[in-house]
Amino acid sequence: MAQAHAPQFKNPVVKWIDSRLPIFTMLDHEYNQYPMPRNVNYLWAFGAIAGIMLVIMIATGLVLAMQYAANTHIAFESVERIMRDVNYGWLLRYVHANGASMFFIAVYIHMFRGLYYGSYKAPREILWILGVLILLAMMATAFMGYVLPWGQMSFWGATVITNLFSAFPLVGDPIVTWLWGGFSVDNPTLNRFFALHFLLPFVLLGLVVLHTAALHVSGSNNPLGIDPKGPQDTVPFNPYVTVKDGFAVVVFLIFYAAFVFFAPNYLGHPDNYIPANPLVTPAHIVPEWYFLPFYAILRAIPDKLGGVLAMFGAIAVLAALPWLDTSKVRSCKFRPIYRQFFWILAIDALVLGYAGAMPAEGVWLLVARIGTAYYFFHFLILLPLLGKLERPLPLPASICEPVLKGGGRVAAGAHAKPMEKA
Amino acid sequence: MAQTTHPPGTGAHAAPGGEGASRRDFLYLATGAVGAVGVASAVWPFIDSMNPAADTLALASIDVDLAPVQEGQAITVTWRGKPVFVRHRTAKEIEEARTVNLGELRDPAADDARVKKPEWLIVIGICTHLGCVPLGQKPTDPRGEFDGWFCPCHGSHYDTAGRIRKGPAPANLVVPQYAFTSDTAVRLG
Repeated sequence: MAQAHAPQFKNPVVKWIDSRLPIFTMLDHEYNQYPMPRNVNYLWAFGAIAGIMLVIMIATGLVLAMQYAANTHIAFESVERIMRDVNYGWLLRYVHANGASMFFIAVYIHMFRGLYYGSYKAPREILWILGVLILLAMMATAFMGYVLPWGQMSFWGATVITNLFSAFPLVGDPIVTWLWGGFSVDNPTLNRFFALHFLLPFVLLGLVVLHTAALHVSGSNNPLGIDPKGPQDTVPFNPYVTVKDGFAVVVFLIFYAAFVFFAPNYLGHPDNYIPANPLVTPAHIVPEWYFLPFYAILRAIPDKLGGVLAMFGAIAVLAALPWLDTSKVRSCKFRPIYRQFFWILAIDALVLGYAGAMPAEGVWLLVARIGTAYYFFHFLILLPLLGKLERPLPLPASICEPVLKGGGRVAAGAHAKPMEKA
Repeated sequence: MAQTTHPPGTGAHAAPGGEGASRRDFLYLATGAVGAVGVASAVWPFIDSMNPAADTLALASIDVDLAPVQEGQAITVTWRGKPVFVRHRTAKEIEEARTVNLGELRDPAADDARVKKPEWLIVIGICTHLGCVPLGQKPTDPRGEFDGWFCPCHGSHYDTAGRIRKGPAPANLVVPQYAFTSDTAVRLG
């Protein structure tokens, strides 16, 4: 940022455009010279991976929308037509359907990265809250997209989720009727879900632009969680990070392609290949895997309104995280106690996800209740207290200090590499 | 922007006693209020267009012939896109429904307040928890611990009057609006 200077363009057309609309200067500033902390690891690639996933979802979604028909009589058949008759329809649909899962994988890793290295702390609070809004927009988009094939899980998932709003006293039932546009999930519901499923990704794109803009104001966090002290602590975005992110994207796409080509329905539910039937409820309604922890929280509370509030609260609490975590030290590397609780939280999220996939009875209900209690305990009680009680390890003076001084106070073996010409 | 709305002088309340400032405040408030009403009335058609349309509302009533339904049998009819359970109750089921102590119920309602003729129980077949269709219409279905219906999604049990007895659902199965048009025919809606 500070060392950025106006680039000189040789191409006269570029020069002509740039003097009237400085897009090339802006690109150079944000994606060529932009200084990245030199010590970022591969976990920092998941923002770029999530961005690539959004582009893939919009591109495949656009062509799928050209073949899909949002009408309860023909929606299921139109999806089967995409699978059987449309050129490469099977590929586009599997890329899109598995892409939703990959998008959530990338975003969840990205979020846990932020949790581990304290990327939500000052001055990045708004950046983090924009991320929470992105998660909410993704969840709404993914939920509505799952309704579109109009299979049994589509219909009953839509019924259960829209009925969540009936938990609110007085306004609940009119809201649900308004969401449905009728007296049950039916054709008007499918139509509006399709319209919103098309709209929301562009809202998401706008949020991503704001998220990136906010990131480029404060600069990226790094594994040490300390601010770069000068040019010796950073490398230019291009080529260092473009190449590193590019490699990570390729590895991630291989993982993604493995699902698309070898297990395209592994992450889906077979009941969604049964056309929707409003008179028969599947024996066991489960949402897609990325909603399972939240679904477990919903079912863990024995009260309907309480369950709904807890589920939304589980996301709202993330938005309040910058103020709930009272520790001034960002990175878990220097917080020996919080580091252990971080991993307990990660395990708790997985356990909740597993409990969400199981029937809500017996031992699984108990597991979900303990998991839910721990989740809120972590954010609402543990984090505010830990910031005051924990004694953090001493921070290094700068990002390059532990490397150049041959160790220092952090284990620097992993970072030991020759320094470039500064 | 600030320069044009607050030209030098007015910001210093040139009028005696601050009269000019309060008049300006009033104009701001009045303009804001009119603007808010205008925005609200312009937004309302967009919001209301998402409510049930006239043709959806027009499909709101149906006639059901009860003659073929024998005692102990049940039928499911679709009304407003929802399943409606019509059960021809046996004497035992009616007796079970009537002898319950209302104080024990989560959503207290007497059996005779939920039926028009004791042998015919008509309820909307949607669990009041999260909208699944409870089991219990077919002879082979589980009917729960109270001989009525059992919702497989989250385990709610309903009795022979469609009242919630156990599980997460907060309320009884809803009794739709209906009227007997003859001894063996009923109109829903």
